Amino acid sequence: MDPIALYIHWPFCLAKCPYCDFNSHVRERIPQVRFASALRTELAWEAARLGRRPLASIFFGGGTPSLMDPATVADLIADAIRLFDPLPDIEITLEANPTSVELRKLAAFREAGVNRASLGIQSLDGNALRLLGREHSAAQAITALEAARATFPRVSFDLIYARPGQSVAAWQSELDHALTLCADHLSLYQLTIEPGTGFEALHRRGELVLPDDELAAELYVATADACARHGLLPYEVSNLARPGAESRHNLAYWRYADYAGIGPGAHGRVTLGDDLVATRRHRAPEPWADRVERQGHGSTAEERIAPRDRAREMLLMGLRLTEGIDPVRFAARTGMALEAALDADVLEQAIEAGYLTHGAGRLTATAEGRLRLDSLLARLVN
Amino acid sequence: MTDTPLHLIRNFAIIAHIDHGKSTLADRLIQACGGLTEREMSAQVLDSMELEKERGITIKAQTVRLAYKAKDGLTYELNLMDTPGHVDFAYEVSRSLAACEGSLLVVDASQGVEAQTLANVYQAIDAGHEIVPVLNKIDLPAAECDRVKQQIEDVIGLHADDAVMISAKTGLNIEGVLEALVTRLPPPQGNADAPLKALLVDSWYDQYLGVVILVRIKDGRLKRGQKIRMMSNGAVHNVEQVGVFTPKMIPTGDLGPGEMGFITASIKTVADCNVGDTITDDRVPATVALAGFKASIPVVWCGLFPVDADDFEHLRDSLGKLRLNDSSFHYEAETSAALGFGYRCGFLGLLHLEIIQERLTREFNLDLIATAPSVVYRIHTTKGAIEELHNPADMPEVMKIDHIDEPWIRATIMVPDDYLGSVLTLCNERRGQQADLTYVGNRAMAVYRLPLNEVVFDFYDRLKSVSRGYASFDYAMDGYEESDLVRISILVNQDPVDALSFIAHRSAAENRGRSICAKLKDLIPKQLFKIAIQAAIGGKVIARETIGALSKDVTAKCYGGDISRKRKLLDKQKEGKKRMRQFGKVEIPQSAFLAALKMDA
Repeated sequence: MDPIALYIHWPFCLAKCPYCDFNSHVRERIPQVRFASALRTELAWEAARLGRRPLASIFFGGGTPSLMDPATVADLIADAIRLFDPLPDIEITLEANPTSVELRKLAAFREAGVNRASLGIQSLDGNALRLLGREHSAAQAITALEAARATFPRVSFDLIYARPGQSVAAWQSELDHALTLCADHLSLYQLTIEPGTGFEALHRRGELVLPDDELAAELYVATADACARHGLLPYEVSNLARPGAESRHNLAYWRYADYAGIGPGAHGRVTLGDDLVATRRHRAPEPWADRVERQGHGSTAEERIAPRDRAREMLLMGLRLTEGIDPVRFAARTGMALEAALDADVLEQAIEAGYLTHGAGRLTATAEGRLRLDSLLARLVN
Repeated sequence: MTDTPLHLIRNFAIIAHIDHGKSTLADRLIQACGGLTEREMSAQVLDSMELEKERGITIKAQTVRLAYKAKDGLTYELNLMDTPGHVDFAYEVSRSLAACEGSLLVVDASQGVEAQTLANVYQAIDAGHEIVPVLNKIDLPAAECDRVKQQIEDVIGLHADDAVMISAKTGLNIEGVLEALVTRLPPPQGNADAPLKALLVDSWYDQYLGVVILVRIKDGRLKRGQKIRMMSNGAVHNVEQVGVFTPKMIPTGDLGPGEMGFITASIKTVADCNVGDTITDDRVPATVALAGFKASIPVVWCGLFPVDADDFEHLRDSLGKLRLNDSSFHYEAETSAALGFGYRCGFLGLLHLEIIQERLTREFNLDLIATAPSVVYRIHTTKGAIEELHNPADMPEVMKIDHIDEPWIRATIMVPDDYLGSVLTLCNERRGQQADLTYVGNRAMAVYRLPLNEVVFDFYDRLKSVSRGYASFDYAMDGYEESDLVRISILVNQDPVDALSFIAHRSAAENRGRSICAKLKDLIPKQLFKIAIQAAIGGKVIARETIGALSKDVTAKCYGGDISRKRKLLDKQKEGKKRMRQFGKVEIPQSAFLAALKMDA
C-alpha cells in the first residue's frame, strides 16, 4: 500500500492577519485541553477506517500550531506512529510564528518528535510586517530563524512579496537577505487578495493596490533567479529547495497522493476500498469539537471523486510541480488517460508557445507555463 | 354617437423639434379644454411609452379630441394628432399629416428652427396644411422672438408676423393657440353619404383590446358592428368598438366625416394594419383608395444576437411581440459563426434601430449583441442579376460581382456659423457632395448628398461632437449610385470573425481597418496566448495588431490540501468562458464585442 501523509489542523491564532483566508480563529483563551483531546479522538477514528498504512509525513498546520501545548504535539505524533507504520525517514513539520513566546517552545516541539519547522516570517521589512498585520519584528524573525535552525534538522520559512508599492530592487535586497538566513527550503508567495479578508475590503476601496501582472511576473522571475544563485531551485510554483530538501508532505498534495486531514476544516484525499474519497471536516472549531465528542469525528459531506474530477485535480496540482506529471501514474491514480483529460488543441498550442513540454514521457509546465498556470489550466483541462 | 358638423371640426398636428415644447403644449391644450383633471395629468400625457417619455420623442402617433368653447360662442371639436417627430418615421409622419388640415409649427424662441422641424414643416406644406407658427418659451431670458420670426420667414417662407407667442410651461396665451386653431385652420371636408373611406393613420397592439387602429374618416361613417375591408389587402374585419381619445378612450359607437378616433376589430397583429391603408365598408366599398399608400421598407439592417445563447427563444418571442406593434420593423433568422443564432433585423433608420434595441433590453430584459448597422446594397452580378445585400457576411465572391450600388441620402444640417467649418469637413470626409449652403443670421443650413453607409457609421455622434451639440440633422433617401465598395474582414488569429466584417468605400477601407484593429487591441484583454488581429480585403491584409500574452496568472498558495476549492474555481473559470465568444483559440469577452461593434469602424 502507498504511504499516506497526515495533516493536523490547529485552528487558533493570536490575531487574524488581514491577508489570510485560512481557517483560523482568535479566542480569548485557547481551549487547549479540549482540542488536544478532540484531535486525538479524530485521529483514532480516521486511522481506524484507513487501516494500517505506511506513514510518510505529518504536518501540523493552522492557524498557528506553535500555539499548541508541546505535550499535545507529542501525544498526536505518538498516536500517529502507533496507529500507522511510520517510514524510517518520516518528515514531521510544524508551522511556527517567530514570536518570543513560541521561540521558547521550540526545543519542546523538537523533543515531541518534530523534525522540520516552517516559520511564518512573511517579511524582513518592519513596515511590511506592520502592513501584513504580523505580531513580530524583523529582528525577532531573524532570532527565531537562528533558533529554529539550531533546534531542527530542517527549517523552512515563508515570505510574502509583490506587496503594494514593492519594487523589484527592494524585493531583491530583502530576498538576498533572506537567502543568507535560509537553510534549504523557502516558500515565497505573492500577495493575493482573498475574499472575506481585511485586505479585500481595502482593495475594493482602492486603498490597497497590488502590482500589475507584468510587475508581478518580473518579481517572480527575479525571485527564481536570486534563489538559483543560492542553490535553491523551484520545485513548485511558490516553493524552492535545495535538491532533496523538498517538503515531502506538500509533495504528497501536489503529486495527488493519499493524505488524511484531521482537525476543523481539514481536507483529505484518501483511498478507501476502490474509491478515492475527498474528506472534509466541519470548519468552525467548537462545532467541530462538539461533533468529535458526540460521534468520534467531525467529518462532513465526503465525496467519492469520479475519474474525471480526479484527473482535473491531479492536473491542477501536478502542473504546479517542476517535475510535472507522469502519465503512467496519472492513469493509475485517476482511471483516465492523460491525453483524454486534456484539450488536444490547447495542448499543442501550449507546447508551441513554450508553456508545456511533453517530452521524456512526462507532461510538465515550463517556468513560463507555471507563471500563467491558472489561465493555462482553465483552457487545457477538459 | 357623435355628429359634429364639419364646420365645427378642426384637425391639427403639432410640428416641433425635440425639446421645443410640443408635448408640454399638448398637455396645456388638453388641460385648457378639460380633457383631464389636474390629478390625471401625468407629465406629458401623450408620450405613453416609457421610452417616449424619456427621450421626449413620439414613436407612435396618437390623437386627442378636445371640446373648445371659442370666443364666437360655438363649441368646436379639436382633434390633435401627435405625430412622430423623427425622420426615420417620415412616412408615418406623412400619413399623420394627411389626416389633418393644419399644423401648429412650434419653435423654441431661444433656439430657432432646427433641421428636423424643417423637414416636417415641408411635409406639412406638401400635405396642403394651413400652418400657424407658435413661438414657445418666450418667457426665457434668451428668447429672441424677432430674430426667430425672421428666421421662420427666411428659411421656411412662412409669414410669422401673426405667430402666436406663448409659454407652454407657464400656460401663457394657450387661449391664443386655441383661438388660432378655430379661426385660422380650415374645417375638414367630407361626404357623410358617400361609401366609407377612412385613413389608417396608425395602429398598435394592446394587451387587452388586441390591435387598436387610429383612423381619420374622410367620407361615410364608421360604426360599431360594421364589416370593414382593408383596401390594400382585402382583409375583412368586424368592428367591435368605435371611439375617441380625450385622451381617455371613450366609446362613441360611430365616427363621421372629418373626425378622428379609434376602432378595434379583433385583429391579431399590426402587420395586417398598414399605415396609410384605406378602410372601407365591405358591403358598400369605395372604388378608389386614398392616395399615398406605400409599404414601409427597412433601410438599415443589423444582426441581433443574445449574449447568452440560451436566450435565443426569448429573443424570438420578444421580436414577435414587438412586431405585433411595429410592422415597419423586419426580422429574419441569422446564424453567425462568431455569435451563434440570432436575427437579422431591418429598421426604418438608425433611431428606429436604437429604439427597438432599447425596448428589447428594457421591456424584454434581453442582453444583446448588435452587429454594426449595414445599409442595403444592390449587387449587380456578372450574370446581370440584381441582388439586395443587407449583411456584409453574405457578400458574393468578387469574381461574381459586376458592380455595387449604394444608397445615398440628402441631408439637411443646420448649425451655428462657428461650427460650420468642422461640419463641412466631416461631411467631406464622409464622401459628401455639397448641394446647397445658405445662411440665416448666424446659422448656416448645409444641404449635402451623402452615402447612407457613411452616416450609419457614427455620423450623429461625430456631428454632435464637432458642433458641441448645436447641429441638427435630417435626411431623406436619395436613390442609389454605383460605388467602389469593398468588404473588410476582421481576422483573429487568422480566423475571420463574420460578425465584425463590414463594407466600406475603398478610400476609407484602410483607415477603418486600422482603427478597428487598434480598438480591438484595447478591448480584448491579454490572454494565455498572443493574439493577432488583422483587417483584410479579400486575401490582402491592410492592418494588423498583436495582443501579447498575459504575463502572470497563477494561484500563489494552495491551501492545505483543499483541492476541491481549486477545482470549483476552475469550474467557475470555465463557466466564465461561456460568456466569452470563442474565435478559434481566442476568447473575446462580450463587453469587448459590444464596444467594438458600437464604435465607428
